[in-house]
Amino acid sequence: MKKDIILAGVGGQGILSIATVIGEAALQEGLYLKQAEIHGMSQRGGDVQSNLRLSSEPIMSDLIAKGGADLIISLEPMEALRYTEYLKPDGWIVSSCVPFLNIPNYPELEDVLARIRAHKNHVLLDVEALAKEAGAPAQAANMVLLGAAIPMLGIDHDKMIAGVARVFARKGETIVNTNIAAVEKGYAFSVR
Amino acid sequence: MKHLLLGDEAIAQGAIDAGLSGVYAYPGTPSTEITEYIQLAVSRQSLAISCRWATNEKTALEAALGMSYMGKRAIVCMKHVGMNVCADAFMNAAITGVNGGLIVIAADDPSMHSSQNEQDSRFYAKFAMIPCLEPSNQQEAYDMMAYGFELSERLKTPVLLRVTTRMAHSRAVVQTVEAPKAQNTMSMPKDVNHFILLPAFAKRNYAELVAAQPTFVAESNTAGYNCYVKGAKPQKAILTTGIAYNYLMENYDPAMGCSILKVTQYPLPTALVDQMVQDGAKEILVIEEGQPVVEELIRGMVPSEIVIKGRLMGDLPRMGELTPDSVRAALGMEALPTREKEAIVVGRPPALCQGCGHRDMYAALNEVAREYAAPRIFGDIGCYTLGALSPFHAIHACVEMGASVTMAKGAADAGQHPAIAVIGDSTFTHSGMTGLLDCVNANANVVVLISDNLTTGMTGGQDSAGTGRLEQICCGLGVAPEHVRVVVPLPKNMEEIKNVLREEIDYNGTSVVIARRECIQTLKRHLKSQKAKG
Repeated sequence: MKKDIILAGVGGQGILSIATVIGEAALQEGLYLKQAEIHGMSQRGGDVQSNLRLSSEPIMSDLIAKGGADLIISLEPMEALRYTEYLKPDGWIVSSCVPFLNIPNYPELEDVLARIRAHKNHVLLDVEALAKEAGAPAQAANMVLLGAAIPMLGIDHDKMIAGVARVFARKGETIVNTNIAAVEKGYAFSVR
Repeated sequence: MKHLLLGDEAIAQGAIDAGLSGVYAYPGTPSTEITEYIQLAVSRQSLAISCRWATNEKTALEAALGMSYMGKRAIVCMKHVGMNVCADAFMNAAITGVNGGLIVIAADDPSMHSSQNEQDSRFYAKFAMIPCLEPSNQQEAYDMMAYGFELSERLKTPVLLRVTTRMAHSRAVVQTVEAPKAQNTMSMPKDVNHFILLPAFAKRNYAELVAAQPTFVAESNTAGYNCYVKGAKPQKAILTTGIAYNYLMENYDPAMGCSILKVTQYPLPTALVDQMVQDGAKEILVIEEGQPVVEELIRGMVPSEIVIKGRLMGDLPRMGELTPDSVRAALGMEALPTREKEAIVVGRPPALCQGCGHRDMYAALNEVAREYAAPRIFGDIGCYTLGALSPFHAIHACVEMGASVTMAKGAADAGQHPAIAVIGDSTFTHSGMTGLLDCVNANANVVVLISDNLTTGMTGGQDSAGTGRLEQICCGLGVAPEHVRVVVPLPKNMEEIKNVLREEIDYNGTSVVIARRECIQTLKRHLKSQKAKG
């Protein structure tokens, strides 16, 4: 088993929480893991990404090669497209369709979404609306996105849910349950 | 025990487990998490480790040397440019030598993700003639702390541990020991004169350091961290260092049959390089992260007919971080099939947070500056450097920590008016205070605008050394109290701030305007923790 994943978004959106949950589940599976993060200046509203590599064999590089990624998980549609040259020809894009508008020259949203739809393997979803439907706060939108990516992760759905429960356990049962509801909502959207 | 740790965290845990007594550091990406991890461990587990942030990298290194003098183990952590700040202490610590183990950790930032240059700290180890460790993965980073302390105490020398962004900020599983080693007890140096660098003693010490060089090389030759494997086709050899080894092995096909020398400890292991040559190397590809340090050094070590390839020769990019792709190309392998870059994607540069006090400070400053024919505003290092970008375009220079104050002074000396420095509170105490004394002594016609957000913001909100005492510090340095002004950068105070700025610009002498409002990121955190406490 080997999955190379690029997590993308805008600084502050919460891509690292997605990485934390996947990492937790992967470690329980006994997989090797490397996860390169971006800290520092670019966190201030700039584009951020994290390279997450999972494998049943030891992993060498912390970075994913161009054309090597199985999956892009993005909390922002244009940010998903920023990394397409890293995607395998048959790789997946799982992205929120809600733009993060903090720049004056953001392209036409419909054009951005059309470029994502041009990829054969894609899932586009309104993570904020789905979080709301799941009865979860807006901060749990990243968990909806994680749920939507589960079918492409190569880790069993139930083991991912158990990972969510462990990561949020110290925040109490209510938070665990709303986050699981958010993950399930995204998962249901993806496998519908 | 197994833990999922950032490279920085692996270093921190490795230091704790090796009997650390003190960590001394100034925050700087990508090194900050080392100290933060130790601070958290100290507060959660009540460890007896000194871990308060230092005012700058020089005070940090000197305190660590004092800890070492007393026989205890200390680390100093900084980003690469911090090495420039502590260079005086660093170079001379190599001459004094150490008592307790001393490891200086420099986190380099090739590709300048969060930095103003990509200098390679391995040059400093070579310059100071001390051993340097360069782990290739998080486990080695952890293990090298215990090893580094042992090496430092045995060879009586400080050791430099060099990592790069991708090691510092990448997570992997690390196996740690069950119980930490006990801290050293206090002990005086056997020869106290070793720490008195009067010329007579310094000459003797330096002669000892020079004489120790073959020992350092012998350590590199035999240390388990350096390894050489002869290939089936040894005419082609690869010398790779630190994290670059991973990019090699990510791509490497054993059918290539190259001899491979992996270096993670310096000085270079000359015996292993010689062995590679004796095994028939006709061509050596040097793959190293950062500047071409080894590629230059090795030219003097191997016969001149051997072809050396690497960053200098253009086989790898001369600048920037290595990638699996650039190393793949250097190995002569074809790139993986991929897709086009999407043309629709535009840049999303970092920006000051909405609601940040620096924004209101720049809004006022820009309006006042426009009233003068040719204002010059000298910026400094911090979040507020983003004032150079849209929509403010407010600053005309930004060089290194503290330079705003002294560059403004130099500009004023040259006849510039108004000459304004913009500097954050933490940067001011790091390296701006001494420059302000220069201004006072010359009664330079400058305005030093301290944008005080009560924290070290850009690195994530660490304590700032002068919080609550900036007015006292400025008055203590000799700025006239009536020209130390404090404003609150909020839109409702715009007219007042502008008036204060005008008055101080028009005053012919040194003045300080402190624009003080808490960083909104730390404010959010404080409100959240207050709410949690009820």
